[in-house]
Amino acid sequence: MSFPWAEHYTPKHPVMQWVDEKLPLPRLVYNAIGAGYPVPRNLNYFWNFGVLAGLALVIQIVTGVIMAMHYGANDLVAFSTVEQTMRDVNAGWLMRYAHANGASFFFIVVYLHIFRGLYFGSYKAPREMVWLLGLVIFLLMMATAFMGYVLPWGQMSYWGAKVITGLFGAIPVVGEPIQTWLLGGFAPGNASLNRFFSLHFLLPFVIAGVIILHIWALHIPGSSNPTGVEVKGPQDTVPFHPYYTAKDGFGVGVFLILFAIMLFFAPNYLGHPDNYIEANPLSTPAHIVPEWYFWPFYAILRAFTVDFFFVPAKLLGVLAMFASILLLFFLPWLDTSPVRSGSYRPTFRKFFWILILDVLVLGYCGGAPAEEPYVMISQVFAGYYFAHFLIILPLIARFEKPLPLPNSITDAVLAKYAKADGEPAAVPAE
Amino acid sequence: MVRIGAFLVGLFFAGWLLVSFLVGAYAYVTEPPAKTVEHEFHLAPKHVSFSFDGPFGKYDQQQLQRGFQVFKEVCSACHSLKFVAFRDLAALGYNEAEVKAIAKQWAIKTPDVDPATGEASTRDPVPADHFPKPFANNVAAAAANNNAIPPDLSLMTKARHHGPAYVYSLLTGFQQQPAELLKEFPDAKTPEGLHYNPYFANLNLAMAPPLTADGQVTYGDGTKPTVDQMAQDVSAFLAWTAEPKLENRHRAGLATVVFLLIATALAYMSYQNIWADKKKAVA
Repeated sequence: MSFPWAEHYTPKHPVMQWVDEKLPLPRLVYNAIGAGYPVPRNLNYFWNFGVLAGLALVIQIVTGVIMAMHYGANDLVAFSTVEQTMRDVNAGWLMRYAHANGASFFFIVVYLHIFRGLYFGSYKAPREMVWLLGLVIFLLMMATAFMGYVLPWGQMSYWGAKVITGLFGAIPVVGEPIQTWLLGGFAPGNASLNRFFSLHFLLPFVIAGVIILHIWALHIPGSSNPTGVEVKGPQDTVPFHPYYTAKDGFGVGVFLILFAIMLFFAPNYLGHPDNYIEANPLSTPAHIVPEWYFWPFYAILRAFTVDFFFVPAKLLGVLAMFASILLLFFLPWLDTSPVRSGSYRPTFRKFFWILILDVLVLGYCGGAPAEEPYVMISQVFAGYYFAHFLIILPLIARFEKPLPLPNSITDAVLAKYAKADGEPAAVPAE
Repeated sequence: MVRIGAFLVGLFFAGWLLVSFLVGAYAYVTEPPAKTVEHEFHLAPKHVSFSFDGPFGKYDQQQLQRGFQVFKEVCSACHSLKFVAFRDLAALGYNEAEVKAIAKQWAIKTPDVDPATGEASTRDPVPADHFPKPFANNVAAAAANNNAIPPDLSLMTKARHHGPAYVYSLLTGFQQQPAELLKEFPDAKTPEGLHYNPYFANLNLAMAPPLTADGQVTYGDGTKPTVDQMAQDVSAFLAWTAEPKLENRHRAGLATVVFLLIATALAYMSYQNIWADKKKAVA
């Protein structure tokens, strides 16, 4: 795949030669994430997050499969089997906390991965398919995380399930039958819990499948890079292994340190205390909030408070919430600037940082109670979110005058080190 | 086409949000939302420090034993502790015989079935049993407690923000309703049978003050059983019932972080080493 100067897989050991003739799987791996994949030499640390997201998925699958061995998907026992896992299963507390915090860390690295894609224009041609498949993964992750949060059958599990499936109830005419069909009843119950468990177990493997497509699509044009200038020759690339495996090794270390600190010293910090109360259909929590990674979208959902003629505000909120994610699928065709990297796009860059601030504020408002002034703030910032992607970005692409691009990746790298050192060669101390 | 459609969709959502904002802002200015009594008088938990705070925190076994005594003599009359078994008390420093004796002498008996007749009966708990519930079911619990069901306490300190401090504040926070509250919110007078407590979410709770006088329990280790001390001890005990593996977690966490710091430092060095020839100003 990719560039003609890619190193070729030549197995030396007779056993490996034998395997390669029968099933060239080692060859596939070599070409995908080994020395056979040439990668731009100038990737910065933001390019670590793809590998970290893959690692997070592996952590989730391993801890999740073990948790499933001790979990009872029945509304009468779900809460207590989770508690039993925490108390009486060897290292059960570790599996549970790793799984719950692992979900948060999965979203953290995926959000940073998306951030990278947005800033450096990774979604642009010829990598549109990589971006689209990435969004599919993101949607699958959201569905998986939502259903996983229902499984402990705490108060937030139950009421979260009720609110989220209630979104479908906002659809006119068919909404309520759809909601009943999704839940298997008129309210969340044993039927809902069982199907959510089944799907929660299935979807991660679907995600793994789409990740394979995501990487496959990436390998056709090859990785993008911080300059946004395409690879021109062998001097612009290094083999993935050992160069980026080594860099990713360091990234994995940093990720695991932060993950371990959260998991061992503040395992409940990102959770909601109400989920340690068993689900009770007769007692509504004072504030129903989803997990933090849904907060920006939850803020958009709640920002619509005024009916648009015959369209109820609730339905508008639901449409806007889905639109806020679906619009990302059109991004490669909304941002038509031929320059990929935000580093060479002065106007884009300003609005990009406003967008990041905007999403953070929306996140804060989504986690806050549905009271003023949070609703008013959400309205302004949700308005900007839509305006940014649907109006501002196409206009910037049209009128912006980008900065001059370097001739090649190698030129950019050499200029950077010449500037940093004054003189050549900064060899780290041995 | 895509961009024209996007422009219209964007204009609609952004425009309607602006309309919603203006409608909301107008209402907010003309009719500011009424202040609620909870907003004005609810207090965040008091600051109190425990031996298990922080990354090196450990439970104080003596304190847990005292807290268990408070639970046994005061709380357990109404509150269940259904996720905790008598055998778990070994973590408080009791030996096997003591755990057996505690279970056997527990005031509430464990429901069972008479092996001869199959009829419902009760028996003395054994270490393998979880703490028996004080009421047969929620209806009985509500009937005996002025229509409020005393919640299970196993997870209480994880089910509230700042759990141990919350429990401590609640236990020591009962007081007369402040005069200014009644002046500002005359309708918010604590109803008959409820008790004013500013640390409780809606300020009035059904539970009567459980710890009322110094010396309510007699500690075996010579600690002075002030109300404050008893409240701290039982809060610590409930922190343990909610998170019995805290010490294992802290120990494993320190070892893991130390290991990862070393491994990451090595990974960084090998990264620098491998890249040495590529990070130069000459190609």
